[in-house]
Amino acid sequence: MGEFLLVTIQVDMHDRLAMALQDDLTRMIAASEARGVLIDISSLEIVDSFIGRMLANIAGMSRVLDAETVVVGMQPAVAITLVELGLSLSGVRTALNVDAGMELLRSSLNGSKVLYGSHFD
Amino acid sequence: MAVISTETIPVQSEPDVVAVRRRVRDASAKLGFSLVDQTKVVTAASELARNTIIYGGGGTMQLDLLNGPRNGLRLVFEDKGPGIPDVELALRDGFTTGGGLGLGLGGAKRLVSDFEISSRLGEGTRVSITRWK
Repeated sequence: MGEFLLVTIQVDMHDRLAMALQDDLTRMIAASEARGVLIDISSLEIVDSFIGRMLANIAGMSRVLDAETVVVGMQPAVAITLVELGLSLSGVRTALNVDAGMELLRSSLNGSKVLYGSHFD
Repeated sequence: MAVISTETIPVQSEPDVVAVRRRVRDASAKLGFSLVDQTKVVTAASELARNTIIYGGGGTMQLDLLNGPRNGLRLVFEDKGPGIPDVELALRDGFTTGGGLGLGLGGAKRLVSDFEISSRLGEGTRVSITRWK
């Protein structure tokens, strides 16, 4: 039985804020013993190499802490730009929206519930 | 080609990068760029603004709205930093001296129509990008 963390990014983050999110989230995964992390980026208008690296870092760190990360809600224009920029986000699982992401986590972890939502803004 | 308007904004600190993104978004929307093109030019500007701060020690971005056969947005990032010893190497994907992904310069180049870079050791770096509608 595991639990999920849901993080919604609602602001255009400067780099230090993105680093803070990475640190906070890693601590939260360890403290809550969450098995899954959903990061909703549907409000993000761009993902540049810095934000991309942050998402990859979170996925990597959560994996080491025995949790799965799914990034959900990427806008199509952001996805097109990311690929052209040269970022493949390898190692980061993605889903179209929160529901699909939750389904993905459930199917890989089997029967979990959302622990709590966290809005980062 | 005529320059409709020009303005220069500071690129000195992290919050300035956010301001650059917002300003470039507004300008590209005003020129009637598609959402994808807006996103591309904003992303390129974000990469170059960060480079200006991290590698150039801060500088400026000049933003020109262009009017010609097609509308265009030209962004010129300038710093008085140490300069880039090997520009060709710096443009290569995966090359970084700053601990990043090494996608900034090369990635920004792929996201725009025109890309020019000039750098002098000890004097600084100037990167000019243009995206046409």
